Amino acid sequence: MDNTGFAGNEGTGVRSDARVSIQLLKSGGIQIDLKSKVKTLFGKQIIRLAEEIIHFFDIQHARMDIVDAGALDFVLAARMEAAIKQVVSSEKEFLLPQPEENKNGTLKDKFRFSRLYLPGNSPKLMINAGIHQPNGLILDLEDAVAPDKKYEARFLVRNALRSLRFNGAERMVRINQGEAGLKDLDFVVPHHVNLILIPKCESAEDVITVNERIQQLRKQHQTEHQVWLMPIIESALGVIKAYEIASACEQVAALAIGLEDYTADLGTQRTNEGNESFFARSMVVNSAKAAHIQAIDSVFSDVSDMEALAENVKRSKNLGFDGMGCIHPRQIKVIHENFAPEPKEIEKARKIVEAFEIAQKEGLGVVSLGSKMIDPPVVKRAMRTVELAKSMGKI
Amino acid sequence: MKKYDKLVTNAAGRKVPTIINGEEHIPFKGVGKYKPSGRKHATSIASCVDYPEDGNKVIPDLKEALIKAGLKDEMTISTHHHFRNGDLIANQIFDIAHELGIKNLRWFPSASFPCHEHLIPYLEDGTIHHIEGSMNGALGKYCSQGKMDGLGILRSHGGRYQAVQDGEVKIDIAVIGAPTADPFGNANGVNGEAACGLLGFALADSEYAEKVIVVTDNLVPFPAIPWQIQGNYVDYVVKVDKVGIPEKIISGTTQITKSPDRLLIAEMTAQFCEATGLIYDGFSYQAGAGGTSLSIGIYFSEILKKNNWKARFIRAGSNKYPVQMLEEGLADYILDGQTFDLDGVRSMRENPNHVWTSPFTSYNYHGKGNFASMVDVVILGATEVDINFNANVVTHSDGYLLHGIGGWQNTLFGKTTILPIPLFRDRIPVIRDEVTTLCAPGEMIDVIVTERGIAINPLRADLIEKAKESGLPVKTIQELKEEAEFICGVPEKPKLGDEIVAVIKWVDGTVLDSVYKVLE
Repeated sequence: MDNTGFAGNEGTGVRSDARVSIQLLKSGGIQIDLKSKVKTLFGKQIIRLAEEIIHFFDIQHARMDIVDAGALDFVLAARMEAAIKQVVSSEKEFLLPQPEENKNGTLKDKFRFSRLYLPGNSPKLMINAGIHQPNGLILDLEDAVAPDKKYEARFLVRNALRSLRFNGAERMVRINQGEAGLKDLDFVVPHHVNLILIPKCESAEDVITVNERIQQLRKQHQTEHQVWLMPIIESALGVIKAYEIASACEQVAALAIGLEDYTADLGTQRTNEGNESFFARSMVVNSAKAAHIQAIDSVFSDVSDMEALAENVKRSKNLGFDGMGCIHPRQIKVIHENFAPEPKEIEKARKIVEAFEIAQKEGLGVVSLGSKMIDPPVVKRAMRTVELAKSMGKI
Repeated sequence: MKKYDKLVTNAAGRKVPTIINGEEHIPFKGVGKYKPSGRKHATSIASCVDYPEDGNKVIPDLKEALIKAGLKDEMTISTHHHFRNGDLIANQIFDIAHELGIKNLRWFPSASFPCHEHLIPYLEDGTIHHIEGSMNGALGKYCSQGKMDGLGILRSHGGRYQAVQDGEVKIDIAVIGAPTADPFGNANGVNGEAACGLLGFALADSEYAEKVIVVTDNLVPFPAIPWQIQGNYVDYVVKVDKVGIPEKIISGTTQITKSPDRLLIAEMTAQFCEATGLIYDGFSYQAGAGGTSLSIGIYFSEILKKNNWKARFIRAGSNKYPVQMLEEGLADYILDGQTFDLDGVRSMRENPNHVWTSPFTSYNYHGKGNFASMVDVVILGATEVDINFNANVVTHSDGYLLHGIGGWQNTLFGKTTILPIPLFRDRIPVIRDEVTTLCAPGEMIDVIVTERGIAINPLRADLIEKAKESGLPVKTIQELKEEAEFICGVPEKPKLGDEIVAVIKWVDGTVLDSVYKVLE
């Protein structure tokens, strides 16, 4: 082990974050130096937190330097712990209390129109993400975190899962590929994550490995709620294996496609029209529906063009997707509005549900609307449309 | 001379001095309660026979003009902030005063900017005794640390006009920087290299100062049209190479915000105004030049367009966005108090419906009415608001002077005042138990819009009722405060001493609150 450790960020443009470094000493007790733009109002609390963490890890002599840019406690604690664990070997975790609102489970078929990606090592973007009301918030440990920041990001993501206000959004984490991803699970599964995104899936095995690790951790930590899986197809091989992946295990709730990597794998360019990915998208939708799970479309990367986004969402909905990713909060509203059922759709669904209710009351085995017979899957879909319209205030 | 003396508790419950820099001041009595009687202050009688018949008042340089104007110890020198951070005049005046060995001047700017940090050595060596005007940045810090010889006095733009009219501040020499002037002293802000729009902040000074010097870098033959400042009030005209740095004159935020959080606040503000019927065909509003305010303007124009409505007038701080609304026919008039970009300057120069105003027309307490109270919706910022809706705009939560009052207090008299503000900034909650410095009594603030909910002043039962069916997240201010503290933690109180370093005036000239020394 080194005798100095550090974590976090400082400098111009850094906000809501802190840079913490620690150096173990032979003697002299604990020295803490704090530079903070909120020192007048929060200085004492920050020092108290540092002392508590240092004490928690049984450190007797050390110097800790904190350069703070208005970080919240959960961020400070993550930075301090990540720095300390570079100089002290410990299995212990310093955990702040987790409010009840961050302990709930979610249903497998919860609406997942929008899921907002948040870089796992950027607290500034996390703090207000929930107020934009996406269906899900993804704390991303994979592509959005630089390789040398992967270590400290795990502590931050763990603490964010516990402390962040999600405002009702599903708590999601995208883990890394392979071994690193399995290690990521240790940091998130015990802390009530709702859904894990598995990147670059190419086989059922990829999913099963992750799921087994999750079930093992759930048992070990006696977590009550199910952790759902959303494998992401990002390669030509993944597309071919889509159904196998979608049906890998009961915990797979949705199948997503990532078009940036997929088009690169094909050796082509991604376009707004998306002809190059039509096959892949259709494969993903078809495989997901065959496995009775949701199909989720890729993110739309031009964050300034809301009209193109709206077009894209409409295309996506028509292809059969149930939702898509987003990388900017302003995209959420556009995605919701365009995935939402249209008035005609709602009206039709309402009539079907009414017919179903009448048939039930009268003890009829068959539901009919006018002269048409209605099949059970159509009834089910209509009920979902009505439920959705209600939840969006459209009825 | 003591900086201050005879503390009393005013009607807002704040402890304030009644003797400030040796002069008597009246404590705040309540909104609309103080109405002085008697006659306004006036300058000494001048006679035209004492001025050149050919109208040529040009003096070779500023130093000579100041000497001719009788510059001496303890005088009050006024300047104006229409060049904002690109001002080159104020610093020169005190360079000259320092060179002449003059002491204990009172500087009476309409606002100060970071470029005036240059004056700190003159505060230290006694050239300047104290500042009556906004103090930001380094000057704010200097004052907050209790280093100024006298007590600072902060006034609103309207309050500054009132103080001049009341003779509370007798200006000995006013120096007016002008983008264009003629030798007689007529001046305007719409033409010239340093075009800044209008010169309204200097209007009171031109009328009430004993001596008036106009400084310009664009001297044109008589007449300089339009004459926003009339040469009939002017004693001397000085031609210099440069009055201001054009790229720094245009220093206001001229872009709409890109921050999704601020856009959300802007959108919620517009939705609130729409849902509660505050926007209607022929309505009027005032919004500043900050990123959030500009975005609210964009949302307002969408609502107007959708309904085929237009605004009767926009009160501004103008820049390209209100100008665009004017040009697209979404507003009949812009009544402009200061201009923040070149589109604003161009529009004011070319469009008769883009009208320059002054603190007299807009805010004057001793006018027979003013525009402020006619505006339907006023959008303002604040550094802090407390659970009684009292608001602070001058000090940061750590106690340091940070902003001037500007027109902020004056515009509060609009029909509905809305503060769109983030619930916390860098972990510091905006809603507090008690504001550090009181700049607006709670009865003046109607609505607070944050990204996490909207709080309506209980005094506005009408708005509370109308917002019920809006689907907007209306909460109590207490709930918002608790939410901020849940996220950020409960902040400590700033470390302030007992010593007062500045006072905040209300629009009527009474003393509303004291600003205390910050202890390190």
